[in-house]
Amino acid sequence: MELQTTIYLMVGLSFSIYIGIAIWARAGSTSEFYSAGGAVHPVLNGMATGADWMSAASFISMAGLIANMGYGGGLFLMGWTGGYVLLAMLLAPYLRKFGKFTVPQFIGDRFYSKGAAVVAVLCLLTASLTYIIGQMTGVGVAFARFLGVSSETGIYVGMGIVFLYAVFGGMKGITYTQVAQYVVLILAYTVPAIFISLQLTGVAIPQLGLGSTMAGTDVSLLMKLDSVVTDLGFGKYTTTTAGSTLNMFVYTMSLMIGTAGLPHVIMRFFTVPTVKDARASAGWALVFIALLYTTAPAVAAMAKLNLHATINSAVNAGGDLYAPEASLKADAQPDWMKRWEKTGLLKFEDKNGDGRIQYYNDKTKNPEAAAKAAAAGWKGNELSVNADIIVLANPEIALLPNWVIGLVAAGGLAAALSTAAGLLMAISSAISHDLIKGIFVPDISEKGELMAGKIAMAVSIVVAGYLGLNPPGFAAGTVALAFGIAASSLFPAIMMGIFSKKMNKEGAMAGMLAGLFITLFYVFAHKGLFFIKGTGYLDLIGGPNPFFGITPEAFGAIGALVNFAVAFLVDKMTPEPPEHIQHMVEAVRIPRGSKIVNGAH
Amino acid sequence: MKHDYDSNAYWKETLKLLRNVLILWFLVSFGAGILFVDFFNQFHLGGYPLGFWFAHQGSMYIFVIQIFYYAWRMNNLDVKFDVQEE
Repeated sequence: MELQTTIYLMVGLSFSIYIGIAIWARAGSTSEFYSAGGAVHPVLNGMATGADWMSAASFISMAGLIANMGYGGGLFLMGWTGGYVLLAMLLAPYLRKFGKFTVPQFIGDRFYSKGAAVVAVLCLLTASLTYIIGQMTGVGVAFARFLGVSSETGIYVGMGIVFLYAVFGGMKGITYTQVAQYVVLILAYTVPAIFISLQLTGVAIPQLGLGSTMAGTDVSLLMKLDSVVTDLGFGKYTTTTAGSTLNMFVYTMSLMIGTAGLPHVIMRFFTVPTVKDARASAGWALVFIALLYTTAPAVAAMAKLNLHATINSAVNAGGDLYAPEASLKADAQPDWMKRWEKTGLLKFEDKNGDGRIQYYNDKTKNPEAAAKAAAAGWKGNELSVNADIIVLANPEIALLPNWVIGLVAAGGLAAALSTAAGLLMAISSAISHDLIKGIFVPDISEKGELMAGKIAMAVSIVVAGYLGLNPPGFAAGTVALAFGIAASSLFPAIMMGIFSKKMNKEGAMAGMLAGLFITLFYVFAHKGLFFIKGTGYLDLIGGPNPFFGITPEAFGAIGALVNFAVAFLVDKMTPEPPEHIQHMVEAVRIPRGSKIVNGAH
Repeated sequence: MKHDYDSNAYWKETLKLLRNVLILWFLVSFGAGILFVDFFNQFHLGGYPLGFWFAHQGSMYIFVIQIFYYAWRMNNLDVKFDVQEE
């Protein structure tokens, strides 16, 4: 069967399964099918959380960035999983005991002030919108490949479909649909990885394959990769860090506390049946997330090796990488390269006019590699591969069967659509419920509230789509910015709300605003005001990464420190919280007396 | 509050557990995976340099175990101090 037909078939099949399950679950119409009904087993709930969590950034973008960054890419792996430990221990059980539905509700009640709730909504909106920009970039890549169009057109199509998806309720709320989505996602991620691991090392489990020797030799795969990339002038794969040790440290920290502060992740733990289940659910969620996250580094390293082997025959055959006949002839490029060229995300330019493709680091600081390239008559790197295509192109690069390529396309689309829709719903409920109904127009009709929510969704899609056309970075990098914003604003406020009885409303509000402001100030300096290209103000702050070389994606941890410091200072200068609030905090700390969260949202 | 004394002791024990779990959490990721990665890279686990393994594999496995350990210990604490859900 034709490749394109197979892709349509796999995508169509997976979506029929989701819709079929949705209809079946609705027809049953008993509350036990809905997670809020409380009858869902923590294991299934964990799977559903996994599907929710694994967005375009994790599925499509992350392994590509790790392939680019090498060892330093581990910050995504540790950051996005380590945060679950914090979430499980510091927030989830207590928020469950508190028994409200949204983060702004918690902040508003704990800090006995509508002002605090408004500030929380502001933080939530900033983080979620930034998150969606990253998602839209990923959606664009997935649709561009799926339909064979440019990535811009991919984003326009994606905007329309995400909107329909979110308006019709998406696949949210129905745990069994999300379980099906998780199964498709994880198969789409691991099946090609297993194939490729077998091809390269003869070991079927990618997590072990990455630590094995190349099939038929006694050279380890990582050593082989290290030698190929350093020879071509790139940084050594297993040791290249992300900027500096300090930057990698704070970047990882930002992602960790951002994970524990992102509203749409936290919200999942509000609706588990008991405090006990809240603890276990986080564990099961991490099991299912870790299945993908521990496979990702294998995908990254193996795709990188395969890509180099495709372009340069000396990678597999041995011998001189700089020999003229080793580089791939331009007219012999495999079909997958031509397919990806259409999206504009893979580009080839014959700079030295020899009719062959040279792929190396032309800005290398390695004098040996630079000398070899000059001697071979190479006039600059001729192939640019957007990091966001690595995962989707991976099975094509490895020449896997068509059904595997189709499966990966289906997984990519599911990942991109589900999380984008989930975030849009978080935004719409924050605006219509927390802000308009909760604070500004308490007597708004139900219809009016619904309408306000839909308008909020439509506006955020257009804004995110527009900014996604000129994204502030790769999908996973943009999403990392969103985590930094959540880390600097929401996480400290929620944590102090639970762990400090004496934290008052003045301290919490000042802390959130200070953390949010300083992080946005630093991020916007690099990425443009409100992420609009060309409005950055790096000169004002003294060039890129002026604060100890810390990159804007990593700044969230610093913002969180500022948040804590400002909150404690202001707290010391203002009156203690009222007696009943302090008692409330004490009650939140013990599980006894928790009630099922239900009814009016 | 009837359980006042008990709930104070319960909270103390909870914080102690959190501290211990977080120390290990920090050691495997920020310690072995980042700050002392060069030291650990001298050793190998199969084809993996050990520090690289902690950053790309090991810390994730340990995180998973840690959450279940925490949940198990907390559930026991709940019962010990009689603050579990009814």
